[in-house]
Amino acid sequence: MVERRPITTFITHAVLLLGVLILAFPIWVTFVASTHAPSALASGVVPLWPGDLFLENYSLALGKGLAASGGVPVGRMLFNSLIMALAIAIGKIAISLIAAYAIVYFRFPFRMLCFWTIFVTLMLPVEVRILPTFEVVAQLGMLNSYVGLSVPLIASATATFLFRQFFLTVPDELAEAARIDGAGPLRFFRDILLPLSRTNIAALFVILFIYGWNQYLWPLLITTDESFYTIVMGIQRMVTVADAEPQWHLVMATAMLAMLPPVVVVVAMQRLFVKGLVETEK
Amino acid sequence: MAEIALAGVKKRYGETQVVHGIDVEIADGEFVVIVGPSGCGKSTLLRMVAGLEEISEGSISIAGRVVNDLEPKERDIAMVFQNYALYPHMSVFDNMAYGLKIAGTPKAEIEERVGRAARMLELEALLTRKPRQLSGGQRQRVAMGRAIVRDPAAFLFDEPLSNLDAKLRVQMRLEIKQLQKDLGTTSLYVTHDQVEAMTLADRLIVMNAGVAEQIASPMQVYEHPESVFVAGFIGSPAMNFLPGRVAQDGGSLEIRGGTARRAEALAISGQAGRELLIGVRPEHLQPVPETEADLFLDLRLVETLGADTLAHGSLPDTKSTDGATKDIFTVRLPGSVQVSAGERLALRVAPGALHLFDPDSGHRIADL
Amino acid sequence: MEKRVIFRHRTLPYLLVLPQLAITLIFFIWPATQALYQSVLRQDPFGLRTTFVGFQNFARLFADPLYLDSVKVTVVFSISVAALAMGLALLLAVMADRVIKGSTGYKTLLIWPYAVAPAIAGVLWWFLFNPTIGILAYALRAVGYDWNHFINGTDAMILIVIASAWKQVSYNFLFFLAGLQAVPRSLIEAAAIDGAGPARRFWTIIFPLLSPTTFFLLVVNVVYAFFDTFGVVHATTSGGPGQATTIMVYKVFNDGFIGLDLGSSAAQSVILMILVISLTLLQFRYIERKVQY
Repeated sequence: MVERRPITTFITHAVLLLGVLILAFPIWVTFVASTHAPSALASGVVPLWPGDLFLENYSLALGKGLAASGGVPVGRMLFNSLIMALAIAIGKIAISLIAAYAIVYFRFPFRMLCFWTIFVTLMLPVEVRILPTFEVVAQLGMLNSYVGLSVPLIASATATFLFRQFFLTVPDELAEAARIDGAGPLRFFRDILLPLSRTNIAALFVILFIYGWNQYLWPLLITTDESFYTIVMGIQRMVTVADAEPQWHLVMATAMLAMLPPVVVVVAMQRLFVKGLVETEK
Repeated sequence: MAEIALAGVKKRYGETQVVHGIDVEIADGEFVVIVGPSGCGKSTLLRMVAGLEEISEGSISIAGRVVNDLEPKERDIAMVFQNYALYPHMSVFDNMAYGLKIAGTPKAEIEERVGRAARMLELEALLTRKPRQLSGGQRQRVAMGRAIVRDPAAFLFDEPLSNLDAKLRVQMRLEIKQLQKDLGTTSLYVTHDQVEAMTLADRLIVMNAGVAEQIASPMQVYEHPESVFVAGFIGSPAMNFLPGRVAQDGGSLEIRGGTARRAEALAISGQAGRELLIGVRPEHLQPVPETEADLFLDLRLVETLGADTLAHGSLPDTKSTDGATKDIFTVRLPGSVQVSAGERLALRVAPGALHLFDPDSGHRIADL
Repeated sequence: MEKRVIFRHRTLPYLLVLPQLAITLIFFIWPATQALYQSVLRQDPFGLRTTFVGFQNFARLFADPLYLDSVKVTVVFSISVAALAMGLALLLAVMADRVIKGSTGYKTLLIWPYAVAPAIAGVLWWFLFNPTIGILAYALRAVGYDWNHFINGTDAMILIVIASAWKQVSYNFLFFLAGLQAVPRSLIEAAAIDGAGPARRFWTIIFPLLSPTTFFLLVVNVVYAFFDTFGVVHATTSGGPGQATTIMVYKVFNDGFIGLDLGSSAAQSVILMILVISLTLLQFRYIERKVQY
């Protein structure tokens, strides 16, 4: 940069630190609240320094759960969320890869029809067609199941679109060289195209994992059986208790647990995350 | 090892035809270069031999077997691509071994064959590297290695040197030539670079607009070009062309506006008055005393290259017509000859170095 | 853009597209068609009789003050979220762009909220602003403002705006920073030599160059505020108090699942579909101008 005086440098860092603090503040309060006894929270105002009930509160939430959410242990919800997030991420990547491969590397009757049928889904988020989708899933008997939680959310073309774009940038000569080397379509896909897509797959995995983990409305609708509750929707059950203050210390412990996996994924795989974000939005 | 035969090979994309019937027989162990400007259909032709493009009409056979409907892998060929097409995620060894692995070759044999090819190409120290860790020349060698390892009936090269810098290109050209000689494998090589074509080929196929204008040895093509296109495309600097006519006496040529050439032995008697297009290569003109001159040149620009000097100018009576540079006439002189712009140069054409073409069809009539 | 190389196989390509095609048809095309179909039907309250009513559901919606209210709420909400999230993100991005050392560290510290689910974000801020025990409500009381989002609609709106924007700052920050880093240094240096000070340089050189990013983010933020914030509203205010925070997506859900007015809910879905399609097309047009596919 052009001018660089100590005062401007100071202001720059001050603004950034302030930004970091504002963003982190809710998390700090949440963490603090999750380590106190309910009485400390109910009386007046939340303390700003952690209490000494960290282990007690977290093990209670993880192991026993809250009566308000049907007494499902948070551990169970975490597990359900994990299954759902993994199923969505892996399922979507798998079907998108092969569909994009077929559309890019083959010519077949109705190819364009398939293309447009798949790509029209880019236009509409699940929220706007939620009711009829729910009915379809109910008719298929997929309520209260992992399949019902994950498969309908796989029906979107973002990943297919991304892989299509990527495949189009792979030099034609690679496929030709592979053909001359004697590789058939499946072999080329496995030996050449998949390894080349590695970073794209990883970046997409990060984005889809977060997407799947953070689903709210969908699990809310199709799970009536508490044992299928996911953690993000389970929290809503804990907060909206009738005629009573929520058990805030446990709610906050649950919130911490709900945030932890996706935040860890984002921070640990920052580079892939940024790549995935930029590419899926293109 | 095998011969390749093309019979009436055509290629159409919908309505547009890009290759108009090519017939050629390539002998076992022969090195044939297809040369032509971009878009002339030379790569398409090669890709049809490789099996990467369908053949619209005609037939291609390799080692006596018609391969029209065979997959590339069944044709027993190997190909070297312009951008090398190395698998970026595989090591040099794996790149070279991939075809053998798919064919189910035993591991020991793969190692033996890759090792031999690597020794031949001096790639032994690089076998564990990835393509991105290699220089351009090394990548080129790996691409060659991948072809050699297969021990195919024929090598197909698609402009393999055009991504290299000038110096490396000369070096790799020699290596390819040497390698092909040592292995004795039938080779078909596509390039737009006429120097590459001349130096590498046993035989040239000069293509233009989907047609093979001439199929002959490099010297034959150089000395007896079959058409105006071939004459202008092969040779650098390019051949000079002048409109002319057979004089009324039938024994000499009139070159535009009366600059006459003494005919030594005009074979086309009875064609007095016939219009011609006359070609002369820059290197076939010598400065002579005025009295012996066939034509004169008013020099406009002189380029000294060291060994040679290129003198550009115009013929005296053509200069005034429009003064445009399209009538530039070039002479290649030994570096020792000192000339400068503004001079008038008296020139004589070497015997047998006049190429006469029909101005309408562009076909060769005679060389004098 | 098409591939020159293709493989030939009669059945394989169909097998490869089949999974995605099946899922798309069953869980996307079919329900979307249903939504369209139901939007022109009306069911009696017991679900016994269904009659075709044409565009009556739509006509009823636009005559319904509650629906018009929710449209208004949505507009206020999405503009506020976009403005807050983008403004803050731009400020932070400009600062981070100035930092030479430690900018990746700041990046890490600023992007993680993206990973927090909207519903969780809502619950966190709901807790912070809790009128009896929330620390922010306490702070506001100390400066003389009696915060209560249970009875004050404006307070409730501010709450969901902050909760929704909080999470989106990270996203906008990343894209603004990338946009800023793409501005050629030589351009800024040239402006400095021409005598433009930092503020002037920003508004006359950098900001205009950022406008594609800004426009793109505006669309993304509006789409986010329209749809992804359902969790924020549902987990906290449930659209209340009154209708103060009933955004359109929440109303679709509420009328359909709670009110069981399928025709109206479907008509609302269709309106949202049209909105989101127009926004997407707008964005596609913009992308097409930027890069050639």
